Amino acid sequence: MTTAAAMIEVSDVWKAFGALQVLKGITLEVPRGSAVALIGPSGSGKSTLLRCINLLEVPERGRVRVGEHAIDCEHERLPADRELAAFRARTGMVFQLFNLFPHMTALENVSAGPRYVKKASPLAAKEQAMTLLDKVGLSDKAHVYPSHLSGGQRQRVAIARALAMNPEVILFDEVTSALDPELVGEVLDVIRTLAEEGMTMVLVTHEMAFAHEVATTVAFMSDGAIVEIGGPQQVLGEPNNARTQAFLARFHSFQRSFAGGS
Amino acid sequence: MTGVTYSWDFSFLWIYRWLLLKGLGFTLLYTIGSILLGLLVGLLVGLLRLSRSWLVNLPLIAYIEAFRCTPLLVQIIWFYYAFPVLVGIDIPAAIAGMLVLTLYTGAFYAEIFRGGVISIERGQWDAAKAIGMRHAQVLHRVILPQAIKRMIPPFINQSIIQLKNTSLVSTIAVGDLLYQGQLITSATYRPLETYTTVACIYFVILFPMTLGAQVVERRLQRSD
Repeated sequence: MTTAAAMIEVSDVWKAFGALQVLKGITLEVPRGSAVALIGPSGSGKSTLLRCINLLEVPERGRVRVGEHAIDCEHERLPADRELAAFRARTGMVFQLFNLFPHMTALENVSAGPRYVKKASPLAAKEQAMTLLDKVGLSDKAHVYPSHLSGGQRQRVAIARALAMNPEVILFDEVTSALDPELVGEVLDVIRTLAEEGMTMVLVTHEMAFAHEVATTVAFMSDGAIVEIGGPQQVLGEPNNARTQAFLARFHSFQRSFAGGS
Repeated sequence: MTGVTYSWDFSFLWIYRWLLLKGLGFTLLYTIGSILLGLLVGLLVGLLRLSRSWLVNLPLIAYIEAFRCTPLLVQIIWFYYAFPVLVGIDIPAAIAGMLVLTLYTGAFYAEIFRGGVISIERGQWDAAKAIGMRHAQVLHRVILPQAIKRMIPPFINQSIIQLKNTSLVSTIAVGDLLYQGQLITSATYRPLETYTTVACIYFVILFPMTLGAQVVERRLQRSD
């Protein structure tokens, strides 16, 4: 078994919202240092799966393990607030709409986790936050509020905020979907660097080219299940499943129309 | 046609200046007291209303709607005359008045508080939880600092209305400004001057407050 090497292990995870069964027994292993891209049509459960990995959504059934910590979810019992918080503290997440704290500067956003969750000293938290802002190329914006940052800058602050907790993995939930096209590149650059440094990550994305370039594994989801999983070349280039083919055909026809038009 | 030739004379009120001042003191005491106590009630009830449990919510909703959907005047009379019969304890008018004003404004504050908290986007909760904050920390560090800004304008409005609301305790003989006005009227038979003066005193206090509220509101909007 590869379980010993896997950094994230999702076993038979089920999740429903009311009558809608969103995840139907998902099993997924993410090896340490790898990047898994989740692709698929909207409503297929990609984001819900991501939110189940850090327990922002608690599965009604199944097991989620990140690093050495696992949580078994049973229908009857919700894990305690303390348990969930400790689990999430080790799992970074970056959101489509940034979700920066608007009443805090970039620096305060990044240092909030270490200060309030890890109880780091204000000075230590500040120094670490400056280092991380520098890493994402925003040290000159440390004292600026989110409302005065561009979308790309906000998302880079959000990545720094996730990194500040020294997470074992980072989850990216369509992090470039809300960005103007010219701002996508600067965010992808940061993620690419993290991947090269060996950060374990799971990305929900519609950027097929980026998934192809950065992901070590691509999983195609449809209707609450992973229907095809493999290397990016195989899943994106020569998909076996009919639904994967149909989904990717839309992207390919876009690319063809671009190529034809230019 | 005597009404047309009514000769206004406010001078007699000078004798009663201390009575009016005393009434004003009671009015301010009831206003500030019920605002502070009401805030406490509203904060507690508003926070508990965020719970997902029906067991917690049902009695709180009952309390809030009972006080929001019945006239304050009826509540005051009920608490002073009917409630003592039910529980078999006499409540002094001064306490009944403060109690009802507190519960009444507390019901409104609770909804202002809850409304402010739930107006903050879901994503703020997600982001704060994602870095490992516990529920209370999310509220304290992320949600409330943003929500309070949104609560301030409705809170000020409700508090301004509350000052006028206190005049209703005069019906159970609590010596507020209006009650003193009634006393003066019954002694002098000059309701026009007396009630005009009473109205002016309310206005002189509240008008600057509404202007202040507008300034605060504009400043809050700018800081968004």
